[in-house]
Amino acid sequence: MRVGLFVTCLVDLMRPSIGFATIKLLETAGCEVVVPAVQTCCGQPAWNAGDAAGAAALAKKTIAEFEAFDYVVVPSGSCADQIRTEYPCILSGQPGWATRAKVLAGRTFELTDFLATVLKTDRVPGRLEATVTYHDACAGLRSLGIKTQPRELLALIPGVRLKEMSGCEECCGFGGVFSVKFGEIAASIAERKCENILASGAQTVVGGDLGCLLNIEGKLRRMGHDSITVRHIAEILAGE
Amino acid sequence: MEIKSMYFKANASLKLADPVLQGNLKAVRGKFVEKRIEALKELDDVEATRDAATAIRRRVTDNLDVWLEHFEQNAVAAGATVLWAKDGAEVCRLVIEIARRHGVSKVVKSKSMLSEEAGLNKALEAAGIQPVETDLGEYILQIDGNEAPSHIIAPAVHKSLNQVADLFHKIHGTPRKTDISALTREARDVLRSHFLTAQMGRTGANFLVAETGSVALVTNEGNGRMVTTLPPVHVVVSGIEKVIPTLEDLATLMRLLPRSATGQSISNYLSVLTGVRMPDEQDGPDHLYVVLVDSGRADLVGSDFHEMLNCIRCGACMNHCPVYQTIGGHAYGWVYPGPMGSVLTPLYRGLDQALDLPQASTLCNQCGVVCPVRIPLPDLLRKLREKQTEQGLRSVSERFGLRLWSWLAQKPQLYSLAARFAARYLAWLAGGEDRIRVLPVFSEWSLGRDLPAPEGRTFREIHARRKKQALKDVATALRKEGR
Repeated sequence: MRVGLFVTCLVDLMRPSIGFATIKLLETAGCEVVVPAVQTCCGQPAWNAGDAAGAAALAKKTIAEFEAFDYVVVPSGSCADQIRTEYPCILSGQPGWATRAKVLAGRTFELTDFLATVLKTDRVPGRLEATVTYHDACAGLRSLGIKTQPRELLALIPGVRLKEMSGCEECCGFGGVFSVKFGEIAASIAERKCENILASGAQTVVGGDLGCLLNIEGKLRRMGHDSITVRHIAEILAGE
Repeated sequence: MEIKSMYFKANASLKLADPVLQGNLKAVRGKFVEKRIEALKELDDVEATRDAATAIRRRVTDNLDVWLEHFEQNAVAAGATVLWAKDGAEVCRLVIEIARRHGVSKVVKSKSMLSEEAGLNKALEAAGIQPVETDLGEYILQIDGNEAPSHIIAPAVHKSLNQVADLFHKIHGTPRKTDISALTREARDVLRSHFLTAQMGRTGANFLVAETGSVALVTNEGNGRMVTTLPPVHVVVSGIEKVIPTLEDLATLMRLLPRSATGQSISNYLSVLTGVRMPDEQDGPDHLYVVLVDSGRADLVGSDFHEMLNCIRCGACMNHCPVYQTIGGHAYGWVYPGPMGSVLTPLYRGLDQALDLPQASTLCNQCGVVCPVRIPLPDLLRKLREKQTEQGLRSVSERFGLRLWSWLAQKPQLYSLAARFAARYLAWLAGGEDRIRVLPVFSEWSLGRDLPAPEGRTFREIHARRKKQALKDVATALRKEGR
């Protein structure tokens, strides 16, 4: 099974270790992982900013680079959703591209969804002794239905105790460009998320989208909580 | 109502810095959310009910003109006078005319957001006619210097019990009390004399039932009943999109409206008002006027924003919105706050009058998943952003930045170089720490947050290096073997 890894621009820029953890997980599960070197961004920032032309150009670029794989795996619900849900919308008016967008959409999966639903993974290399709490990122949860998958995978690590926070499905306030356009509001929403994390008593907060994690970690640190670790689920599962 | 949406960001800052408001918002946060979940559990099949409700609303808004004529015919047959207003100014003119015709000096009002759009209270006052709010929340706001509502169904939700206690003490000149039922009784005593002396009652409409020409009103306090039965004249001011085909459709929608709005199985009162009082009837007005208002609604028919016409004004979207929960309703700057307001305000008042509103959303889609009639609010917000871009309404720096980034992302080599530079630059900013405390360029990020430091190299460069190394290792191994 040849899997194309769409690493996402945030992981590329901020935390490459998530990309390598993803490769490790996929290879451990028996996939042949290919990382197209020419990949850049899925185009979501352009699409959400109202630049339909820019979004369409990047959608076409990504489709051309990834349509040859059996599957495309993305360590982010938000970027996976852009390919799965939005690409077919963006390119619906362009006959040839519309079909290609739909085909790619059908083959594209968020990492935990791919591991749990497609590969039915029952073993992961990660080892950890900790109480963790899971933040459900918006696009993954509400658009792709990612809820049980990461929890099932975490349960494969014997030392991990999952303690749900209240409001785990609430937005953390990241929202892409929103987080820098309306910084004060975003930070205030993040504060609420962090209060819920703290109240859960967990030592580690885990999520599937780096955008949310940067927002949450940044707020926790600003609030003076240095001891709580913020990790991407790929890192936990891979034991990186 | 005067629009202040262009000051959204500054007003939001003020709201965030207001400790009393923040306390009040925190106290109510989640209450509507939890109650809605509980109330929806009573339905056998929530999703099927939502589908049915959505279908009813679509059926109407897809043929709005036809259903409006049906309604008009049947309302007139029941003795009502149906009037049409193209905008808020016309609403004010018509209602004042009606008031003058019947010698009205005082109007008691039940909730109507469209009246807020039209600024009807202000216009009546200017014409020498006294408007009296009778919904408790609206009454509180009226006696507090005509403050604007901050929520479409809970207009004074931003106020605390203590603030209301102070206000009643000051305005009514009664001893200060903090017992909720005592405060309510006090408001009731004040309002009773208004109900008995007003010559006109004014309401909005939750729905207009075409088959019977009826006006359906959903209320909790009973003031709606007083307003529509005591005064001899009743004026309904309603948007043209509120029409529904049948009473059975009303039953379907009522399974969702109170549950989505306040988490109630059914509101305390549901009034279905048909025509004027007939000779053999005890209650009802002698004169009933229904003013059907366009104010931008007809323009939405068949547009990219058509689905917004299906809105039944439950407020679930704002109750679940992280932005609304954080700043409250006033910062949005016009009649409708939250996600539905961020869509409606630019559509009704002009894109350039509310540039921030479509942008001020994380697109988390919490609003979309709770909307009883399945309006894809985040999609509509995104489409509004697209319109802003098309019409050149975004700032030069934003447009340039976006175009540059978009261009760069289509050039893998250049993008890769830029990413490498950015990764190093951000690592340098962190200066060996695990975080960046002050972020230049995207400086808003660091207003309330640090930015975790990056690893310093991009994934793609490390991956390429490792791949190269692996190839080298293989080559070396092969050479060794060959030897």
